[in-house]
Amino acid sequence: MKNPRLGGRGIFRLPSWLPNHVVRLLVVLVLLAGGLLFARASLPPEMKDRKVQQENTVAREIAHPVKYAGAQACGDCHDDKVQAKAGGYHRNLSCETCHGPAGKHVEDPLSFTPPAPRDRQFCPKCHAYNLSRPLGFPQVNPVTHNPMKACIECHEPHDPKPPTGAPGECRACHNDIQRLKDVSPHALLECTTCHEAPEEHKLTPRSVRPSKPTTREFCGTCHARGAKKDDVPKVDMTTHGAKYMCWQCHYPHMPQIGGDGEGDGEGHHE
Amino acid sequence: MTPELIERMTELSKQASGFIYPNELDVHWSIMIVLYPYLTGLVAGAFILASLVKVFNVKELQPTYRLALLTALAFMLIAPLPLQLHLGHPQRSWEILVSPNPTSAMAMFGFVYLWYLMIVLLLEIWFAYREDLVRLAQRERGPMRWLHRLLTMYSNDVSERAVAFDHKAVHVITIIGIPSAFLLHGYVGFIFGSIKANPWWSSVLMPIVFLFSAIVSGIAMVMLLYMIITPLRGKHIDMVCLDKIASFLFYAVIVDFSLEALDFIHRLYESEESIEILSDLVMNKLMLSLVILQVFLGMIVPFLIMVLIKVLRLDEELRRLLYFLSAILIQLGIFSTRWNVVIGGQMFSKSFRGLTTYKMEFSGLEGLLTAIVVLSLPLIILAILIKILPPWDDQREQPVEVQAQT
Amino acid sequence: MNRRNFLRRFVSALGLSVSGAVVGALPARGAAEHEPAGRNYGMGIDIEKCIGCGRCMDACTTENNVPQPFFYRTWVERYVMKNDGNVIVQAINKEGEQPVDPATEHDVLRSFFVPKLCNHCEHPPCVQVCPVGATFKTGDGVVIVDDTRCIGCRYCIQACPYGARYLHPERKTADKCTFCYHRVSKGLLPACVEVCPTQARVFGDLNSTASPLTRLKRMFKIHVLKDHLNTEPKVLYANLDGEVR
Repeated sequence: MKNPRLGGRGIFRLPSWLPNHVVRLLVVLVLLAGGLLFARASLPPEMKDRKVQQENTVAREIAHPVKYAGAQACGDCHDDKVQAKAGGYHRNLSCETCHGPAGKHVEDPLSFTPPAPRDRQFCPKCHAYNLSRPLGFPQVNPVTHNPMKACIECHEPHDPKPPTGAPGECRACHNDIQRLKDVSPHALLECTTCHEAPEEHKLTPRSVRPSKPTTREFCGTCHARGAKKDDVPKVDMTTHGAKYMCWQCHYPHMPQIGGDGEGDGEGHHE
Repeated sequence: MTPELIERMTELSKQASGFIYPNELDVHWSIMIVLYPYLTGLVAGAFILASLVKVFNVKELQPTYRLALLTALAFMLIAPLPLQLHLGHPQRSWEILVSPNPTSAMAMFGFVYLWYLMIVLLLEIWFAYREDLVRLAQRERGPMRWLHRLLTMYSNDVSERAVAFDHKAVHVITIIGIPSAFLLHGYVGFIFGSIKANPWWSSVLMPIVFLFSAIVSGIAMVMLLYMIITPLRGKHIDMVCLDKIASFLFYAVIVDFSLEALDFIHRLYESEESIEILSDLVMNKLMLSLVILQVFLGMIVPFLIMVLIKVLRLDEELRRLLYFLSAILIQLGIFSTRWNVVIGGQMFSKSFRGLTTYKMEFSGLEGLLTAIVVLSLPLIILAILIKILPPWDDQREQPVEVQAQT
Repeated sequence: MNRRNFLRRFVSALGLSVSGAVVGALPARGAAEHEPAGRNYGMGIDIEKCIGCGRCMDACTTENNVPQPFFYRTWVERYVMKNDGNVIVQAINKEGEQPVDPATEHDVLRSFFVPKLCNHCEHPPCVQVCPVGATFKTGDGVVIVDDTRCIGCRYCIQACPYGARYLHPERKTADKCTFCYHRVSKGLLPACVEVCPTQARVFGDLNSTASPLTRLKRMFKIHVLKDHLNTEPKVLYANLDGEVR
């Protein structure tokens, strides 16, 4: 029975040039699109809402267990060790750097005790000589440096000092410079020949620095024409590299390399 | 960490040279990701060939029109497969469509791909075939009949008005389809070209080069398929058609080669920081795949062959042989192009100081065997499609009396 | 089939799906809010302090269960510049063991260590390219990965200019340094910063006026890696050499 309100041709008036098969196709496509949209709409928020997904991820990330307790936590019970460390060379070291993760120990001290490395393998991880390590870092050759003893026999780890109380030689921290100097013409010179090092430098090296020569004349005490030192290359201090300081060309710890190589017959031994 | 993984990584670390970032040891995008641009390239190229018939009215190519469309469809249906095989979690891949990241080229490409598949390719095939399928269905019996009835949406209308609409629709869809095909494969190029971290990939030319090498490979593939299938059917190859395809292939090769040469010259001339490691990469790791396969065998040799054919006016049999050879070399060449882009881009370190190696597995989800299977699947699908949707002009139905439309 | 009934049914189906889509697009109630409170976390590294001991790599591996031995959330590179102009770069392992010394002191002009990690960029290319948005920047500037959504496509790994990301071999999702987000959100330091013996690594809020990071920014000339890519990394290097990539 035709419904007079809807008109005789159905709900929609489709353009008459649209063939029947195209209408069928359009119906199928619209149904497909509608179905997909509906499917997406019915998904729960965590499958499509970025904000929810990110919040859930943050919550999951935060819930990960913490293994390293942090430097503050140790002081709550082990204040004596923290105090011992506070004044020495290891004052900036975190306890867990050597003792490993202590999270479990903080939670339940009796269930787990962080190990204390007592063997010779551990300390060289930081203190073995390596030419890439920065200037002034204390380094030793682990093979030759007292091979029969454990490190902690002479060095208290929480307040490490050499057995004599302070580094005896510059070499202890300036190993790389020493190694260069040892095979250079300046090998037999003491560090203190050119550098004045107050005792405090051994205790607070970055705050109190040794002095360095400031004038050309200083090098001239050995290397000027007519200087008393025998068997060293001599130059005319008034003309040789006149506007520069000596060390701007010649690296004092390895002086066989340096200068502009032009050579004017200078620098020969007298 | 399985023992196999440890063994594999240990082997790789021995073969790395210079300095690479520690996480760069293994190549992340494997041969599966090489296959993907290769397959979508064939889709775009085959479609462009089909569009030459419908939009640019190159009548000589009519024999290959439907074959080109079916080829595009067959490859398009398989192209997502290597991606799924590569994903760490293929079961989550629906997330790209449901909750994509709008700044990601890869995510937006999912929609470009869907658009092209559904609206361009499938619609065009539907409109191009509809009349024939209706007529076929009326003649047939059995499951084929019901399949064809389903495909035509149970419509029987083959009146002049309906058929005229179909032809107009094909024309319009093809016009839309040309930029869509450009977008389809240009986008894959953009996915690589927009990675500023990688100087081998990061280039404005990347989408363009990808597109034109796609056109080259697609045209060559249709040519190859036409040359193989036609004799198998017992028919004679239409040489006018074949010569025309070869002409277009020739022009496409010229453009593609010019673009790649431009990229090469530009890189050498500017000599940016990465030039040293990239030269090292090309001369040492990519010598075979780039210099020999991609450039020499894949482009220069086919180019010279086609020049020879044009200049010497060789006879039919020799032309067929040479076309066949060129088409195969071009496929090898374009595949190598994809390899050099994808794998090559990962073999040098972003520190610009070292190189690593790609160890392709033989079996395994991302192995050589799987790659061969993935490459053969489109051909199987094409065979099925040819059965369901016969593309040959000499099989087209004569108009028959139809019942009145209800 | 009667066209009218067919169209009636189709319209109601359409109406349902459209209303469903509208409802689905409304923002949903999420989990409890994590208040990042206007922070922007960053890290500072002083190259002159790093001794290349590898404690940071060890602590990170322990704290975050980083699969060993071929995957790194953080690593330390060693640069040796020789007098003849050659630059040798190596990566140290987490025992602090160095690969064979490439030169003796006499051939070496300069040498130093460079710790590397995810830079938690201000404009992270990895976040830009993730197809599903599984990796994102939190409100306090830390870039993390949602490994329940990551599909393992590795686009982010390709997009990272710094080699900071890797694919977790078991979870098959992308993984990387998270600035130990589970620690910093509780007021602790990241594990690598915690154990660094020379305090070469410092961590803090870039917006804060009192932190070791702010001091680093004040006292030293600051570099970042691959500046020209405009990722605006938040790992700030003091005393970084121009040879470092």
